[in-house]
Amino acid sequence: MSMLQIAGLNVWFGAARNRVHAVKAASFSVAEGESFGLVGESGSGKSTILRAITGLASTGSGQIEVEGQPVPARRPKPFFKTVQMVFQDPYASLHPRHSIDQVLGETLHLHGFKDIDNRVMQLLDDVGLGQKFRFRYPHQLSGGQRQRVAIARALAPEPKLLLLDEPTSALDVSVQAEILNLLADLRQNHALTYLMVSHDLSVVGHMCNRLAVMKDGEIVEIMDVSALRRMEATHPYSQHLLQASV
Amino acid sequence: MADQTFREWLVTDTPTSRRHAKLSALYQGWLTFRSNTMAMVGLGILLLLIVVAVAAPILSPHDPFVQDLGNRLAPLGSEGHLLGTDSLGRDILSRLIYGARITLYIVALVALIAPIAGLLVGTVSGYAGGWVDIVLMRITDIFLAFPRLVLALAFVAALGAGIENAVLAISLTAWPPYARIARAETLTIRSSDYIAAIRLQGAGAFRIITRHIWPLCISSLIVRVTLDMAGIILAAAGLGFLGLGAQPPSPEWGAMISEGRRFILDHWWVATMPGLAIFTVSLAFNLLGDGLRDVLDPKAGE
Repeated sequence: MSMLQIAGLNVWFGAARNRVHAVKAASFSVAEGESFGLVGESGSGKSTILRAITGLASTGSGQIEVEGQPVPARRPKPFFKTVQMVFQDPYASLHPRHSIDQVLGETLHLHGFKDIDNRVMQLLDDVGLGQKFRFRYPHQLSGGQRQRVAIARALAPEPKLLLLDEPTSALDVSVQAEILNLLADLRQNHALTYLMVSHDLSVVGHMCNRLAVMKDGEIVEIMDVSALRRMEATHPYSQHLLQASV
Repeated sequence: MADQTFREWLVTDTPTSRRHAKLSALYQGWLTFRSNTMAMVGLGILLLLIVVAVAAPILSPHDPFVQDLGNRLAPLGSEGHLLGTDSLGRDILSRLIYGARITLYIVALVALIAPIAGLLVGTVSGYAGGWVDIVLMRITDIFLAFPRLVLALAFVAALGAGIENAVLAISLTAWPPYARIARAETLTIRSSDYIAAIRLQGAGAFRIITRHIWPLCISSLIVRVTLDMAGIILAAAGLGFLGLGAQPPSPEWGAMISEGRRFILDHWWVATMPGLAIFTVSLAFNLLGDGLRDVLDPKAGE
């Protein structure tokens, strides 16, 4: 069964003359347990697709189905128990005045969990942060540690589909590898499905099973990672991307 | 715990419980505040003001209302009257001491009403957007367009003269700038990733505004309030001067100045002493506001 199915998705921003057609007729599907990558240069509409799935960007037209169910325009609460998102910039995605305990505790509370204390500690362990970080504030953490907290927050409702919006692009190279390994381990341990946006082909090659290449809001090619490794892109733009990344 | 002092327990970076973490954060904030000498001076003056207001009957050498026309306009340092007497022979020092109560009362009431009203209007307006924003901001514009004192006069005229109504009128005219600040802050906060993240947890607008937006707006509002306090004390004095605020026998500092105005050339101390009191308290509030900004700024640690 496909975890996520997107058909003919269009997203517009602005009105009339200033209208920007950010995503044009995007269609793809992500199987359960799969890790799917979206690559393309800045402004190609990758992140907009993720925001459209979560309802943060209003869709223009098209179908979004999660676990075979069409997603209503106003996302119901159970939707957020299935789909969660990790944002690009860990410096911007944590509330500056909330401690890690508050961030995770409130998330758990909103999803109706009861044993919040135990779960907060469990989540911190899951993402490789010790108990001593529990009452710290974001400004007391490094970028990598913050991203771990953001991942813990996304994992809190025990989702099945995790949307990753360039989760490592704001981090140092050495920390990037740590976070990518953490994400790979979590996928295995929690049987997660990933939809990962990146402009880094090597990251996608490391993390994903399949990927879609985007250019100017359009998906120009969907291919297997094995094809990516063999440099067998068919579309000229994806060939160009591959050449540039070698 | 036995070999650990209370101070070490407070400054630990690995708190053991929620309450411990909160106390620790409070203590760290206090340490930051304490390192700002000028802010501590401001806090000291205000604490002194509170003590003086509470202990007014003990501290004041005379009854502030007793008149002695035979000893009117006595100069500074005259016998029994350290700061002299006013036009009706009342001891200025005692009146200043009792006036501290009124000043604190004004400050407390205005600080409770105006920023809270402004915060509510501003954050709701900024977060909701659309027609809610348009309606609330146009109301704010209307209030801003009136000269403050004239609007306050209208309110007092409608509500009746007296210090409570004067304060209420000042509050009603003081909230629009707070609403503006809160709205501007909300607009930058609402589009940030951490608000998007909490929306993805299914949080409603009420929770987002009260738990996520308010904590970030409050610090700038508190700073603004402390900086405005001087103006508020003066506005209350202005209403008193026009006969619509504190009523004559009450020793309100602004009213004392307007009384002393008549003798300012020959008997300068009558207007100067309450003026100095207002100046000192205003300065204290400004210094305190500056220090609070350092402590409350969410980006301070970065």
